[in-house]
Amino acid sequence: MAKLPRSRIGAMRELLATMNFEPGVVNPDNELIPFRRFENLHFARLVILDDQTTGDIAALYGIHRPDPPVYLAFLGDFDGSYDAFIRLLVKHAAPGLRRIFSLCDGFSPDADLQAWLTANEQRPATYYCNWVGRTVIQTREEERLRLALRDHLAKSSGLAGSSPQVIHRALRAFVEKETAAARLQLTPAAPSPVGFALRHAFDWATLILLLVTAPLTLIPLLLLVLKIRSLEKSDPVYSPRPERPWADQLALLEDHDVTNQFSAMGTLKPGWFRSTILAVVLRIIDLTARTIYTKGRLARVHTIHFARWVYLDHGERLYFASNYDGSLEAYMDDFINKVGFGLNVVFTNGVGYPRTEWLLLKGAKDEQKFKYHLRRHQLPTEVWYNAHAGLTAYDLDRNSKIRAGLEQPTLSERECREWATLL
Amino acid sequence: MGDAALRGYVTPLDYSDVQGLAAFGYAKMVEAHYWLLRIRDAAAARAWLAAAPVSTAERRQPPPDTALQVAFTPRGLRALGVPESIVAGFSDEFLEGVAGTASRSRRLGDNGESDPARWMWGGPGKDADLVVMLFAKENLAAWTQAVQDNLWHAAFETITTLPTSNMGGVEPFGFVDGISQPEFDWKGERLAPGTTAVYGNRVALGELLLGYPNEYGKYTDRPLIPPAADPANELLPADDQPALKDFGRNGTYLVLRQLEQDVRGFWQYLESAADGETPERYRLGAAVVGRTVAGEPLISATGEQIAGVSEKPGQPRNAFTYDGDPEGIECPFGAHIRRANPRNADLFGHPAGAIAQAFSKLGIPQPKLHDDLIASTRFHRVLRRGREYGVKITPDEALQPAPADEAPRGLQFACLCANILRQFEFVQNAWLMSTKFNGLTEESDPLLGNRTAVGGCPVTGNFSIPRDSGLPRRLSGVPQFIAVRGGTYFFMPGLRALRYIVNR
Repeated sequence: MAKLPRSRIGAMRELLATMNFEPGVVNPDNELIPFRRFENLHFARLVILDDQTTGDIAALYGIHRPDPPVYLAFLGDFDGSYDAFIRLLVKHAAPGLRRIFSLCDGFSPDADLQAWLTANEQRPATYYCNWVGRTVIQTREEERLRLALRDHLAKSSGLAGSSPQVIHRALRAFVEKETAAARLQLTPAAPSPVGFALRHAFDWATLILLLVTAPLTLIPLLLLVLKIRSLEKSDPVYSPRPERPWADQLALLEDHDVTNQFSAMGTLKPGWFRSTILAVVLRIIDLTARTIYTKGRLARVHTIHFARWVYLDHGERLYFASNYDGSLEAYMDDFINKVGFGLNVVFTNGVGYPRTEWLLLKGAKDEQKFKYHLRRHQLPTEVWYNAHAGLTAYDLDRNSKIRAGLEQPTLSERECREWATLL
Repeated sequence: MGDAALRGYVTPLDYSDVQGLAAFGYAKMVEAHYWLLRIRDAAAARAWLAAAPVSTAERRQPPPDTALQVAFTPRGLRALGVPESIVAGFSDEFLEGVAGTASRSRRLGDNGESDPARWMWGGPGKDADLVVMLFAKENLAAWTQAVQDNLWHAAFETITTLPTSNMGGVEPFGFVDGISQPEFDWKGERLAPGTTAVYGNRVALGELLLGYPNEYGKYTDRPLIPPAADPANELLPADDQPALKDFGRNGTYLVLRQLEQDVRGFWQYLESAADGETPERYRLGAAVVGRTVAGEPLISATGEQIAGVSEKPGQPRNAFTYDGDPEGIECPFGAHIRRANPRNADLFGHPAGAIAQAFSKLGIPQPKLHDDLIASTRFHRVLRRGREYGVKITPDEALQPAPADEAPRGLQFACLCANILRQFEFVQNAWLMSTKFNGLTEESDPLLGNRTAVGGCPVTGNFSIPRDSGLPRRLSGVPQFIAVRGGTYFFMPGLRALRYIVNR
């Protein structure tokens, strides 16, 4: 994340546009950052964090702050360690990255790119990954496997009427032959890094500790919430309908793939209690995303691949980014109806959010206002790359289960039948 | 689970202010013809509209033999002199039009053969100003002649007309149609529930008419104006903002789309997929639709009771959900009616009690791979008012090659809703055209799908039929059976708003 002088926003937009075939459709082999060469990169995006709503806090609370900076954010969701990825980035895209960042503040042409990237890293406060441990290579190999099985089944009409166990055996033999002939590859999963296992155990321990000590932490939290409850009644709501050209510009970038990107930002409501509540909530969501929600769903929602919340400007502002399946309307409806409480508890701490009750209730259930609010706070994602275009999170999950079943030498009749339904 | 009572609306519902199509399908009026018009002379148009016998939702005895409805596009409202301050109060979808942006067409699946650039009517630069819908029990010609007086001819120029034909409650493919409709809460007896654990067919009136609480208990945005802008006091105050007058009240959006159906292509494809076996052809047809040609659902009868569905003897069953068929074995996940209305509640698996519901909301324990993918259908219902056009042929006749110059047939699809984006467009996009609906892949609606490639998905022409043995049967290379030939979003005003428009 790097500061971008206002005078260079136009030039940056023009430069980033050269990475696309058309608005919303990236050229994966573009010269600046040839995304396709990264075999461990799931998603990436470049967004100019220029929030049109920064004036709201002055208009609604009379708090006048100097104009906040505009940033260029470069986001990537990748496999492996941070340092290894940065090294790879420098290896494949140094000239392009230099061109991009030379428009930003504090980047000199002779800068050590790797050191500069690391120095400008901004860790998310909360990070969600749909399936912890599933690599890009795995998703590619498993989709190829599914396609091979699909085509093989279409050709083998004799198999259609067979029992699932016969099918299982036949497909195992087929895949063995295909892998032997190097037409299919199923790389065994790499072991988790030692550090990961430790961290994971620590996260679970923290979560359990939190739950056990909940009665103790609840009291100060409850006092805070009571304070918030009084604020909720008076906090101004400001969710006007977004201007049509703004909404159209955003829509232009969407629905080119079955998966979409979402970027939004806003300003926190004033007061230490708001920032405290938000910090606690983001910690808890982050913790659950590393413990309970690591295998396909965030609460009930199965359509998010990756998501993150990032603080800006010493916690005064918040940036949210996600990669989700389906159209924005479906995404918003899914959220409102399935996890409205989860949206509320975070975004109610943002200026102008539709009125909530007890942090969790109402808010997003004011459906139209909520959707206006989101669209108005949304930012155009100038460049967006998806390594598994055409595949939903559900598809990736199903493909993994197809492979897992196939790799079992024997399955019970019931398991076999259940596995066959995936094909 | 009973619904909480609402006890009427702030301003009581006035049926004589609602255009009748919102309440009646006019099934007895078997003749209908829609006139898509441009305004030639605004003053004459206002004069004709002022005198037009617009049918209302009031129940009359004896029932009338004819009906007339009228609805406008944004350009029509502007042409009649409705100020921009009012027009701008309508939804973006309506203002932009069904084919207004490439992004919308992409979401609705209006591409390839259905690309708006190829439409016969509607779409960019081709939208009408208004539609006049005429219905008659018999002798529609006489009714049309009576309506189209000298003033009409001075006022309007006809862009195109949409004929309909009576296929006796059967749509052109040969399936009984129009069985399932939401039941709207006309009397205001039901408070919009916060969260539902059981599917119901009763829907808030605000999902149909503007000016009433919707399923979220909120009032959908619509044009509200200061009383000073209504000196003749034509309009009612807005229930949610009594200081303002409600131009939208008792109005609804009308989505009109001409869907041409390749009936011969449909049955001939199924005939080949069934290897020429007639019963199998009908079985496959039923799998595609989710009902048999007679309208009987594939979901077996369980005696389930559903609020807002009353079974009528001799009529196809409609009181069912898919809860008892989680694997799609009775009715495929991709069957047309299962896509169009998945019939589920907000919460998965009927959790009872606050604690069970809280855990369900948190997704603990995690649902199985295929469970809880789709929810909350109550926010995505529309009232269908489609009529067929063209000459009916039976499924057996459809197996014969088409005679030379055969006239097209299909559906003049029409639906009414209060929020086009959340209702019509959502159902069309997220459920019908989606190649990823409910865990499926490489297939969109077997009837409506356009079979064009979507980003990253070159294949969209499959149809999978889950089987008890495990491995689903998969039809591939399913052709496109339906092409969109025209479409427009209209606003069908209440009668007060109509008077307000014409008395300017």
